[in-house]
Amino acid sequence: MAASQNVSLGAASPAAVRRGRLSLARREELAAYLFILPSFAGFVIFLIVPMVASLGISLYDWELLVPPHFIGLDNFAALAKDTVFRQVLLNTLTYTVGLVPTNIVVSLGLAVWLNTRLRWVNLYRLAFFLPVVTVTVAVALIWKWLYDPFAGLINLGLHLIGLPGPNWLSDPHWAMPALILMSVWKSFGYNMVLFLAGLQGIPASIYEAATIDGASPWQRLWRITLPLLSPTMFFAVVMTVISSFQVFDQAYIMTGGGPANATDTIVLYIYQNGFQFFRMGYASAIAWVLFTLIFIVTLVQLRAQNRWVQYDA
Amino acid sequence: MSRAIAKSLTYGPLSVLAALTMLPFGWMVITALKPGDEVMTNPPTWLPSHLAWENFPRALSFFPFDRFLLNSTIVAVGATALQMLTACLAAYAFARLRFRGRGLLFVVYLGTLMVPQQVTIVPLFLMMRGVGWIDTFAALILPSAFHALGVFLLRQFFLTIPHELEEAAVMDGAGHLRILWQVILPLSRPALATLALFTFIREWNAFLWPLIATNQQPMRTVAVGLSLFMGQYGTEWHLLMAAATVTLLPVLALFLLAQRYFIEGVALTGFGGR
Repeated sequence: MAASQNVSLGAASPAAVRRGRLSLARREELAAYLFILPSFAGFVIFLIVPMVASLGISLYDWELLVPPHFIGLDNFAALAKDTVFRQVLLNTLTYTVGLVPTNIVVSLGLAVWLNTRLRWVNLYRLAFFLPVVTVTVAVALIWKWLYDPFAGLINLGLHLIGLPGPNWLSDPHWAMPALILMSVWKSFGYNMVLFLAGLQGIPASIYEAATIDGASPWQRLWRITLPLLSPTMFFAVVMTVISSFQVFDQAYIMTGGGPANATDTIVLYIYQNGFQFFRMGYASAIAWVLFTLIFIVTLVQLRAQNRWVQYDA
Repeated sequence: MSRAIAKSLTYGPLSVLAALTMLPFGWMVITALKPGDEVMTNPPTWLPSHLAWENFPRALSFFPFDRFLLNSTIVAVGATALQMLTACLAAYAFARLRFRGRGLLFVVYLGTLMVPQQVTIVPLFLMMRGVGWIDTFAALILPSAFHALGVFLLRQFFLTIPHELEEAAVMDGAGHLRILWQVILPLSRPALATLALFTFIREWNAFLWPLIATNQQPMRTVAVGLSLFMGQYGTEWHLLMAAATVTLLPVLALFLLAQRYFIEGVALTGFGGR
């Protein structure tokens, strides 16, 4: 209908006639490709090509100023023997294992707490969410100052209650916990808001029915809230694990990976190899190990999802 | 009586936790306003003897922070504008137009959401170096303006807009650009605001790529500039905190003005701003 209308209307000019000959579906398709083109061109040039090129570069010995030469999988073989890299993997794992459960417990606890029809919920939510949007470099600098062994606020506070404060960032035992604590502070507000949204999606009628049946608040939490929130929790865990694998800014600013590599993380190691030692091939190989780890975590968790996540309300 | 106790049991600890969460910002401002010789004293002073406002001009004079702020603004605004433009067009096509390969192409977009940015930085650096774009705004803006998240977010939103609303425009013979501009976009304000804010904040906070893509001081962004400042004046905490305050202020102002969109954005996608 619309097509024939177009043909009759445009009959005057030859160009319009030619356009009219294209079927409506063809023209829709053409419009779609034109609409997608700017996004897709940028997407291919700045994402797809570099991603694939990264795998290619990982097969080269490439020292930036010397011409690259092909070495096959030697970079990956070297990584397997690299003791610093082993430490780096372990550090990243420690960071993730320390951060994710703490983050989830804090954010879930606060969300459940805030969801009990409080006044000023928005104000509390605002305070807890604020660190999320702040510049990581700037807040890492603040925390570096808070952790100062002599004049930092944390040790001043510990001193007031008679506890000895450690040398946080320059003690190999305390540097990682310090990094984790700062990162929990920076990140828990995000999942808290996510959980609050999930909690508000649970119908009040379910709670009312449970209360009539004599369920205690504790039972309501374990039997209703947590099972019904499990899709959100699952999503939050996956995303928090993935972002933990990619930690960089705060480690770079607060410790630079030290002391004695105690806080050297995967991305920091990519940066050091690629942009301090200019080993392009080696840095790309590490990047692909990171990518593979994230891929595996995603797959494993997608499988696990079917087992413990409850989707029907 | 018991109600009052219950109330204070809820609000008391919650308020303490909220205050603790805000404490690092408070300590930053207090330190930034202390005279230099009161920062490292033993025993400590909790409050400054007088407000040392001169810390701010002093801190900002060591490095060209005005230039860093300008650079960050150009990068964040540029990347946000480009992201909005390209994502709106592509999302409209995915949500409203039928074309061959639509399903496959969308899956490709979705799949890249999982790709860590760090995988692309070495080739991107070599690419930018190859075309001589190190220390240019193009290098700072382009790689982050085509994130698949924008297309995904807007497509999901466009799909919720009923087709009936476009029918009048179609009857009038409006093309797709006009339908997008006059019907779809005005109805998508919350999603557009969310995407714009998240993109802006992500770019303002970005550190790793700007650190790699720039060498010359006049091209540094504010996050990188702050790290350089720390590298050179690592113990002048009153000056460092003054500089940190200046870096955080624009983001805090933006957040307080538009907090609704941030909160809704998290609930909507669970992706942005992480």
